[in-house]
Amino acid sequence: MFRYIVRRLLQMVLTFFGATFFVYALMFANQDDPIQALAGERPITESVRQALTERYHLDDPFLLQYWYYMKGMLTGDFGTSLTGRKISDMMEVAWPVTIKLGLIAIVIAAAVAVTSGVIAGIRRGSIFDNVTLVITLIILSLPIVVLAPLAQLIFGIKLGWFPPTAGATPTFWALLLPALVLGSLVIATELRVTRSSVAENLRSDYVRTARAKGLSRKRVIGVHVLRNSLIPVVTLIGVDIGGLMSGAIVTERIFNVPGVGFNLFRGIRTEDGPLVVGFVSILVIVFLVVNLLVDLLYAALDPRIRYE
Amino acid sequence: MFGNRPWKMAVGATAIALLASGCSGGGSDDTDASSNSVIIGISEPQHLIPSNTTETSGAQVLAALFYPLVDFDDQNKPELVAAESISSDDNKVWTVKLKPGFTFSNGEAVTSDSYIQAWNYGAYGPNGQGASYFFERIEGYADLQSVDPDGEDGPQKAPEPKAKSLTGLKKVDDTTFTVSLTAPFTGWESVMGYSAFYPLPNAAFSAPGVIADGFEDAIVGNGPFKMKGTWQHDSQIEVEKVDGFKGTVPKIDGINFKIYQDQKAEYADLTAGNLDVQSSIPIESLAAAPGDLGDRFQKSPSSSFQFVGFPTFQKEFQDVNVRRALSMAINRQEMTDQIFLGSQSPATGFVSPAVAGYRDNVCGENCTYNAAEAKALWAAAPTAPKKIQITYNADGGHKAWVDAMCNQIKQSLAIECTGVGEPKFADLLTKVEKKSPVGLIRLGWVMDYPLMENYLGPLYGTGGSSNYYGYSNKKFDDLVAEGSKAATPEEAITKWQAAEDILATDMPVIPLRFGQNVYGFSEKVSNVKVDTQTRVDLYNIEVK
Repeated sequence: MFRYIVRRLLQMVLTFFGATFFVYALMFANQDDPIQALAGERPITESVRQALTERYHLDDPFLLQYWYYMKGMLTGDFGTSLTGRKISDMMEVAWPVTIKLGLIAIVIAAAVAVTSGVIAGIRRGSIFDNVTLVITLIILSLPIVVLAPLAQLIFGIKLGWFPPTAGATPTFWALLLPALVLGSLVIATELRVTRSSVAENLRSDYVRTARAKGLSRKRVIGVHVLRNSLIPVVTLIGVDIGGLMSGAIVTERIFNVPGVGFNLFRGIRTEDGPLVVGFVSILVIVFLVVNLLVDLLYAALDPRIRYE
Repeated sequence: MFGNRPWKMAVGATAIALLASGCSGGGSDDTDASSNSVIIGISEPQHLIPSNTTETSGAQVLAALFYPLVDFDDQNKPELVAAESISSDDNKVWTVKLKPGFTFSNGEAVTSDSYIQAWNYGAYGPNGQGASYFFERIEGYADLQSVDPDGEDGPQKAPEPKAKSLTGLKKVDDTTFTVSLTAPFTGWESVMGYSAFYPLPNAAFSAPGVIADGFEDAIVGNGPFKMKGTWQHDSQIEVEKVDGFKGTVPKIDGINFKIYQDQKAEYADLTAGNLDVQSSIPIESLAAAPGDLGDRFQKSPSSSFQFVGFPTFQKEFQDVNVRRALSMAINRQEMTDQIFLGSQSPATGFVSPAVAGYRDNVCGENCTYNAAEAKALWAAAPTAPKKIQITYNADGGHKAWVDAMCNQIKQSLAIECTGVGEPKFADLLTKVEKKSPVGLIRLGWVMDYPLMENYLGPLYGTGGSSNYYGYSNKKFDDLVAEGSKAATPEEAITKWQAAEDILATDMPVIPLRFGQNVYGFSEKVSNVKVDTQTRVDLYNIEVK
């Protein structure tokens, strides 16, 4: 177990450097004229251009820029964005709100998906099963760029149940609507995987054995079936964190949440290399850690899985 | 191996984290509804140091925190605000006398030095201030810039500039200073109305010429409002009234500048009543706005001017009749009605209605839709191209109208026309600078100060900063220069109008549209006005 974790951590270091290098290279290739991008269509005087180019090392070759950046990051300094703000300050604002949003979305999505999935799996062909089938189909076919403004219009403006935008320090209530929208991205697939997994496990030998032993229906489903059915769902939830982060770029803009997705969008638009790479570096770490946790959860869910 | 417990713990921990996240988000940013303050939507300012602020959101916040030397009346003529008098005998050496007794919100007195040190900081090249070009006309500006000996990409660093302060700025006494320009300029008083010319207190500097760390986030000005706390990036900037302010006192006690990343989100908050003023309603929400807001949806003139330029380096556009024909082939009214839903108006001149000296319909028949005449001109022109291309930047929402314009040209002239999108404005500029055959170039302009010269010089003057299409006419340049040197503003306007008349016959660009501010406000406020630079007038706005 211990050796397994150490091995994974070492792999993570390699993945981390590889990923940041790629992202930095892509940003560098995309970088055309960040000073002009920041100024919009306003002409820039030569001496301003010169001063900013030197301040942000924009004229240095790629590897040297990457080296400056990595050197800073490994000493905990994420550098400054092209608007002169410290990127670590920007992260302090952006991460908490995105983590809140993501957590609420994941928990709501998982809770709804697993509960309904189990019920649908047990009562296959029932009205409940068919209704969830239709609803998930609708949600699956609505892209988030449609769903988010629609939810904002209906629940935020017309009905007034939720505040239409959340802001930088939102209440739980203000975050709920964007989280629901974000969660609906993954809810449909999670629900269907749970349903088919439960349905399949209900027919398996160990369930028949458990029933034959005279165990209560609650225990058979709650412990034996659910635990085994969760393995594919847990994998999916781990992968879904990625989906949620990419969905956050749209959701955060529409609900005015100045989080990670918003900063990535801004960084890409203004060709702000350090800003994008800084946020992506942390995102990479989040992905790696979550996937490690998911792998470790397998062992907890299924005693047959052991890591040596 | 793990047994049952860690799994349950994980679920429990998640639940706790979730609960905690819900509880900790208690800080709601809604201000007290009964108080005499308003919420105005902006986007995140890039900078708040006056000499580095070049976009509307920053300028809006600075308008609350600072008190300008001059402001502009309804005819866009300068009127004195913080200055008691601004005078010059020769339009070259200007004497500025400040009204006495004004202080910064930290108690420091506003003196001539407050202006001189702020302007020196703004003009000093290595500070990289975005609005530094405003100081270009002041004597000694060139000595504050440094030239990189081997160009931007070379390994050598630029040497330090020769001087650190402008020789043209001289203190006479605590409330009087003189500004010497390199050449006489009649409109200098108007130029000083721009936000780059605000003063800075001594507290701004940690050493001479160095802005103190953290000053930008808690900036101190000489205006009717002061910052409450610090700039909460991406979230909000709160300002409150300065007690005992000497100048014009606004009717409201405080403003919460709420920061939005997206104008559509801002509009959603406006309709839900969480926001009091939105100074620019996005085009996507325009169709719904009159219904949503009723008479709280309003329009006012802005200084923006949209046009397409003819690249004079391309042979086929050197015939003036080709340029006239293309201009006549376009139905501007249809474009502003159908695509911009009346949020812009057809342009019939080369300067915006936001400047003194603007005349209606300078362009005359050349800017009037006349398909038959256009076709006749086109047929008679020997070098008329078979195909027209219009290049625009795809990130600015220009595709719809460029395509519409192409369709109009196709219909009027029966030729091919395509709109080509470059990813960003910088890509477009690079192509134009390389003189690649880009066809017509989409461009826009927003004024820095309300003078005709601010359109004529940069856009059409030889070597003008935004004259990307290379128009050059000696007679025109001379008239603009004569206007700048004229003894009185009235005389200057006469010269500049004569210069504009030349443009109407030369047609170096196709004037398309004048921008308008389309803004909306909540039921809580009244007397909302948005000026030509898209800033909400903070002295008029009232809470009902």
